Amino acid sequence: MVCNTSGPVVHEPNLAKIAAACGYSPQVCGYEASATLICKLPLAYSAFMVDVFRALDDQTRRLVLDELSVRDGQTLFEICSTLTMRHGLSLTRQAISQHLGVLESAGLVVTERRGRSKFHYFSPEPLAEITARWPTRRRTEQ
Amino acid sequence: MKIALTSVFVDDQRAALAFYTEVLGFTKRRDVPLGDNFWLTVVSPESLDGPELLLEPSDHPAVKPYRDALVEDGIPLAQFAVDDIEAEHARLTGNGVVFTQPPTDIGAAVVAVFDDTCGNLIQLIEEKPDENHDDPS
Repeated sequence: MVCNTSGPVVHEPNLAKIAAACGYSPQVCGYEASATLICKLPLAYSAFMVDVFRALDDQTRRLVLDELSVRDGQTLFEICSTLTMRHGLSLTRQAISQHLGVLESAGLVVTERRGRSKFHYFSPEPLAEITARWPTRRRTEQ
Repeated sequence: MKIALTSVFVDDQRAALAFYTEVLGFTKRRDVPLGDNFWLTVVSPESLDGPELLLEPSDHPAVKPYRDALVEDGIPLAQFAVDDIEAEHARLTGNGVVFTQPPTDIGAAVVAVFDDTCGNLIQLIEEKPDENHDDPS
């Protein structure tokens, strides 16, 4: 690489995903694009992680992730009924739909159509970025 | 006042009658020719004089966008009560019925949602015997 990238280290396996999430073409990930574009990746990475932290900075969205990690692949209706019945939240369907949109744009939730319905899945990769940057170690191991 | 009849739109009335009677186990109540279609209703064998479910033709142009939007978000059109939802889930799955939501404990009840093969999602509910429902855990 021509340029010296500063800032957080972008872990290569996730480079493609982050680049795609930030609107870069797949060629960037294949190191075929110009050095200029590659140099922008740390910046794009920062923007991406800001989205992740913002998405997590909300109790309802954390509950949605809790529920999806218990049982992955839920419809909007199922998520709404679980939040209402199990967690006593009385939010409109539109509000929950917007929360899911925030989680999806941060890469924490992905959707998949099966038949005529849309299912939501928890995608933990952005969280792996956090632990890769700040590894969790037990005190005794230090 | 009491609820005598409610309806679900179905893509094909004969296929719907087969599914609602042979697979779900309802009983045919009325089957009256009505132009190109039929006034076709089923009732629960547990309550033959109870509310009828009209299997209504889906040919009105408003029906498709309405149902597509509901199905996309997983929203059921009707709710049927069962005594043993796990047994019904196993029985229906064995008959090829696809569930968008497996039996799920929501506190006061266990619910599940399946595709009725006629264009709708239907919710099953097994209400729990009276206990303290206030504790969401």
